[in-house]
Amino acid sequence: MLANYGYKDGSGDFFITIDTDKCNGCGKCVAICPARVLGLITDESDPFRDIPVVAVTEEHRRKIKYSCAPCKPTVGRKTLPCIYACQPNAIKHSW
Amino acid sequence: MITAGVDMGAKTIKVVILKNGKVIAKSIILGGFDQRAAAEKAFADTLTQSKLSRNDIEHITVTGMGKKEIYMHPPISADKELTEVTAAAKGAHFLFPSVRTVIDVGAEEGRAIRVDAAGKVIDFAVNEKCAAGAGSFTEAMGRALEVPVEQLGDLSLQSQQAVAMNAQCAVFAESEVVSLIHAKTPKSDIARAVHDAIASRIISMARRIGIEKDIALIGGLTKNKGFVKSLQQGLESNLLLPDDPEFVAAIGSALIAAE
Amino acid sequence: MAKEFWRWKEYNWKSPDKDWKQAKIITAGVDVGSVSSKTAIMADGELYAYSLMRTGSDSPQSARKTIDWAMDGTGLTLDNIHYVVGTGYGRVNIPFSKKAITEIACHARGANYIWGQSVKTVLDMGGQDCKAIKCDDKGKVTAFLMNDKCAAGTGRGMEVFADLLSVPIEEMGNLSLSLDKEPEPVSSTCVVFAKSEALGLLRQGWSKEKVLAAYCSAMAHRVFTLLEKIGVEKDFVITGGISKNTGVVKRLETELKLTALPKPPQYDPQLAGAIGAALFAKALVEKEKR
Repeated sequence: MLANYGYKDGSGDFFITIDTDKCNGCGKCVAICPARVLGLITDESDPFRDIPVVAVTEEHRRKIKYSCAPCKPTVGRKTLPCIYACQPNAIKHSW
Repeated sequence: MITAGVDMGAKTIKVVILKNGKVIAKSIILGGFDQRAAAEKAFADTLTQSKLSRNDIEHITVTGMGKKEIYMHPPISADKELTEVTAAAKGAHFLFPSVRTVIDVGAEEGRAIRVDAAGKVIDFAVNEKCAAGAGSFTEAMGRALEVPVEQLGDLSLQSQQAVAMNAQCAVFAESEVVSLIHAKTPKSDIARAVHDAIASRIISMARRIGIEKDIALIGGLTKNKGFVKSLQQGLESNLLLPDDPEFVAAIGSALIAAE
Repeated sequence: MAKEFWRWKEYNWKSPDKDWKQAKIITAGVDVGSVSSKTAIMADGELYAYSLMRTGSDSPQSARKTIDWAMDGTGLTLDNIHYVVGTGYGRVNIPFSKKAITEIACHARGANYIWGQSVKTVLDMGGQDCKAIKCDDKGKVTAFLMNDKCAAGTGRGMEVFADLLSVPIEEMGNLSLSLDKEPEPVSSTCVVFAKSEALGLLRQGWSKEKVLAAYCSAMAHRVFTLLEKIGVEKDFVITGGISKNTGVVKRLETELKLTALPKPPQYDPQLAGAIGAALFAKALVEKEKR
């Protein structure tokens, strides 16, 4: 399942996409995120999944444009820590 | 040399006349739905103040969202257009030569601009097209609180306790403010929550360009003491505040017209 | 606050010909939304009874009221129900439910039941959010996207315009379609900015109908871009309060070049979440038995 967390508002699209079929619940992205945007949850959208899955936490879902801003400087942007940490390549950012 | 700068903002229109690097006349007026007519009125007002006529002014530069309205359009016939970022940076650097970061919060946009020692723009970030990141947010919250927006700043300075606001969107935040009022939360605490919320969004945006001191705050929201306090606390730094924060971009435009 | 232009009827229903005493598995889905609360009771996976009512200030109480009303006159009590799944905004606050499942999963599952397995895309336009869901022929979610940060494209955003123009919300759609020529959409997505833009247009002499048309088409376009993000596949259905706003729906269909499946006569699409939850409850009972 492609779980898109975030929003679209007048200023643009701000979504973090988690491919829950790829996510193995290892939690490395959770540990590395400096803004604590990600968290491991029991997948409430897939009641038959047995292992935890990563999701954007409730607290950050409506403000990821701002929460993720420190990792996205206007110049000299590097690979995002969450994407770097994810071995199965399950995380994407739309902006 | 005599020049003029016009800032056609989303809500208000500002005009200044500059003579040899000194502001000799200034006017601010609500834009309304006919921005061109409003600009002409404000411009005429500055001419009266300075006892000048259009022909005495050598160059006129225009900036702001509605700049097309008067660019090459008589009777004002501005002969140069300028981006809001360049105008704001120029004006802020003129007032405060030590400034390296300019935060500009107007009615519909919030910007953070990094400038070098000469006042040249190095980098910038903008919050636009969403009321959550601009002055309109405080206006909507003022309506929900039934407090005139000019009083919102002083009200929030009386706050005893921080409360959290979860909604980001101004429309949803209005409902949240109403629920907070029903829950008997003091209006001063709600006003502070409003200013903390918008300040934190502006700071996150500014962090993308790397904040370097000194930091100046310009634009209409500078007049709101509550917002200034929230912003200073969030940045953990003092801010340079101009006397006429709304006119900074217009001054910048007039300066560039003189170059 | 604003006058309430959003009106609908509360009601309940029970199957005239089914008898729950004959059923092996009885389950319920309780969907506590921000505006309405719904319960669906299913006997062996067939809809047996339901209720739909306004959500009060207290969600556990609203949940209790809606399930009581669905059981009303059936002779059922909570003890007869094997498994209750909670969903919706208030799902974690339902004391008698055994499990909480997101409305996303429940909507997809419910749409699959209501419209059949050909449904691949579900758009749910609610009072405070907008969800786009893609699912397979079993009603399992393959992709979703939710927008609850911004009021544009939600019922709340529509209410702002209903108030601004003093038009009852249920008439907005038809009024917006009463023009011969479609105006340019309003340029702002943000409801606050769109409102100032609309005020300017009214001062310029635009009619209410023309302003509504310009707003509805901007909203339709916005929802279109959300759907585009997950990719739309036939068959396509629309649920939630704004599905009744023909002004948005018609324009969205034009942009998608795709018509949404009509509402089936036997079910209210607003029940999709509760029905999906009750079906999950049945699957969970079966899983426990294995």
